[in-house]
Amino acid sequence: MNKIWLIIQREFLNRVQKKSFLVATILLPLIFPAIMAVLVYVAKEQKKNAEKETVLYIDESGYFLADTAKFKFKPFQGNLEEGKKAFENSKSFGLLYIPKFELANPQGITLYTKINPSPTDVGSIERIFANHIKDLKMQQLNIEQKVLDQIKTEVTINSVKISEGGQEKSSDSKVLFGVGMAGGILMYMFIFIYGAQIMQGIIEEKMSKVVEVIVSSVRPFQLMMGKIIGLASVGLLQFLIWILLIGTLSTVVMGYFGMQSPSQEMMQMNEQYQAAQQASGSMELLKSLSEIHWSYVIFSFLFYFIGGYLLYGALFAAVGSAVDSPAEAQQFMFPITIPMLISYFALFTFILEDPHGTISVWLSIIPFTSPIAMMGRIGFEVPDWQLALSMLCLIGGFVLTTWFAGRIYRVGILMHGTKVNYRVLAKWFMQKG
Amino acid sequence: MEALKARGVTKQYANHTALNKVDITVPEKSIYGLLGPNGAGKTTLIRIINQIINSDAGEISVFGQRLNPSHIGVIGYLPEERGLYKKLKVGEQLIYFAQLKGLSRGEAVAKIKTWVEKFEIKDWLGKKVEDLSKGMAQKVQFISTVMHEPKLIILDEPFSGFDPVNAQLITDEILKLKEKGSTIIFSTHRMETVEDLCDHIALINKSNKILEGTKKEVKAQYKTNTFTVDHRGAFRLNNEAYELIQQNNIEDELTRSLVKMKISGSPNQLIQELTQVTEVHSFAEKVPTMSEIFITLVKGKSHE
Repeated sequence: MNKIWLIIQREFLNRVQKKSFLVATILLPLIFPAIMAVLVYVAKEQKKNAEKETVLYIDESGYFLADTAKFKFKPFQGNLEEGKKAFENSKSFGLLYIPKFELANPQGITLYTKINPSPTDVGSIERIFANHIKDLKMQQLNIEQKVLDQIKTEVTINSVKISEGGQEKSSDSKVLFGVGMAGGILMYMFIFIYGAQIMQGIIEEKMSKVVEVIVSSVRPFQLMMGKIIGLASVGLLQFLIWILLIGTLSTVVMGYFGMQSPSQEMMQMNEQYQAAQQASGSMELLKSLSEIHWSYVIFSFLFYFIGGYLLYGALFAAVGSAVDSPAEAQQFMFPITIPMLISYFALFTFILEDPHGTISVWLSIIPFTSPIAMMGRIGFEVPDWQLALSMLCLIGGFVLTTWFAGRIYRVGILMHGTKVNYRVLAKWFMQKG
Repeated sequence: MEALKARGVTKQYANHTALNKVDITVPEKSIYGLLGPNGAGKTTLIRIINQIINSDAGEISVFGQRLNPSHIGVIGYLPEERGLYKKLKVGEQLIYFAQLKGLSRGEAVAKIKTWVEKFEIKDWLGKKVEDLSKGMAQKVQFISTVMHEPKLIILDEPFSGFDPVNAQLITDEILKLKEKGSTIIFSTHRMETVEDLCDHIALINKSNKILEGTKKEVKAQYKTNTFTVDHRGAFRLNNEAYELIQQNNIEDELTRSLVKMKISGSPNQLIQELTQVTEVHSFAEKVPTMSEIFITLVKGKSHE
């Protein structure tokens, strides 16, 4: 036990003392908000300064209704040839030519531009026609404008969750979506980055041949576990520093913009909301943010990070022990990355869309996919039994992969120059002592 | 008491036997040479003694005690595949290895101090291993092997890669460690080091131990009753009991002959016989070198 501790310490210090660790740990949380701030700033400035571009139009149909939401439409008197000439000499964005057409079959409408227009630009003009033609057709069918106006209805659904105690909580599914996405992506990155580091560390030990010296003093399994745990603690430290830095930073930034951080908000939430019922949009957002159990989400993240990391870390260790160089490792990475990729794509396709669907539930219980899948679901209040089952499965999963990896590792680290394939791995796995 | 006793040690891999019921006995305070061609099973045996891998059958005892994890601190091991952490500083590395062998940090620092003074490498402690030359790194590796004053030192091909100066330095250290009471086992196929250093040897070939004993015993066992005679003037032997194997001219008009005695008897009889036919200048029994024994045994076995 004492020796595992020595190895953990060594691995931990090796990584933490590196400059790259310091840079990544301190700069990343600074860089992210900085980039975001710059982007937001630039976008805002652009919106402020951007003048609507002019589009000339020649309307021979008499059906065009200039909608000025996106472009400044300017009629041009004359035929198409003259129009084109005028357009070439103007600074206008485009020339829209509308020939005579049948309402039932609007054809021949053409937009001439100097640069390729974006699909949204074309789409917005198409929509102008589509809407107008729809209205005209309805008029032809003798539906009055008044009726048309009555048909149009704006719907907004307020979602309120009633918990077992009967307490009502408003929830904004967009915010939960964001939390789930961020958690899932972060988990994916963490497991991959730290898993790859375990593998790299083991390959280095094997390549520099130092491993035989070490295993004459400690059991191979102790060495492997020491490495995995040592790196896990580096990952945790990094994560905690990030949380702290981001928390402090966002408090500062939000304070600057006259908002309050979620944690402060939480404490004052009730009185504030009773006082001000007419909450604005941004207040609504803050309210939903504050109603997420942050401690619950962070605790789950830590649990699934440790569990998922140990599960995959052991597999990465097994791969590292089997090969002689990082290049050789590629062939064995495939089966490890597949479940990770599946859960990553499922995160966007099923889990965030339908967090309580059957696929989502199962993906969040199967240990190989659960770290990412559960992060996607966690904001949407996962039933306790599912969470408990998933956590148990994850613990079982990493015990299994660690056992499996340990058996390959003890043989692999002492093998040099063997051509390794899956059959060889199976043989190592079965080998006694 | 024996420093190491192995009885019936067997290791089986999927498609071959690495060790087949190997017995060896290493007396305390000896220098024991473990010889054998590549792939004979030496490294497997050494790894089993170091508890890196387990044997399938057999028993090993170290200083009379059944091999167990507490022996890690008693044994110092220099593997054939040398290696150090490239990015780690020499000092930190040595402390780490010593701690893994069970020394406290303070003890490790004190031990390292005496060794770096002995090898005059104090300036290296703050350097990373990747900045050292190969010879320097090997000295560091040797220190890491013996730093915890192991009673049993196991060196796998200790001289491979050393230049003659460093090889001599290591040889001297090995002899000093023996004087201080350590037992040293080393595996090698460099026969001259065996002649110089070992007092006991074992030969392993194709997973089996085929020979063991003190160097003297082994040589006596493989004597061919051949004698080297330097003499003036050629001769012929008419006695059936002797066979003239070779006759060469050497300097000062002398001739050197190799004579084999086919009957058991005293060399005196041969000298008497010789003095009748030639003028004998020197007469010596030809003792086989370790290299000759090695080649005879290994080749003989592999041709079977």
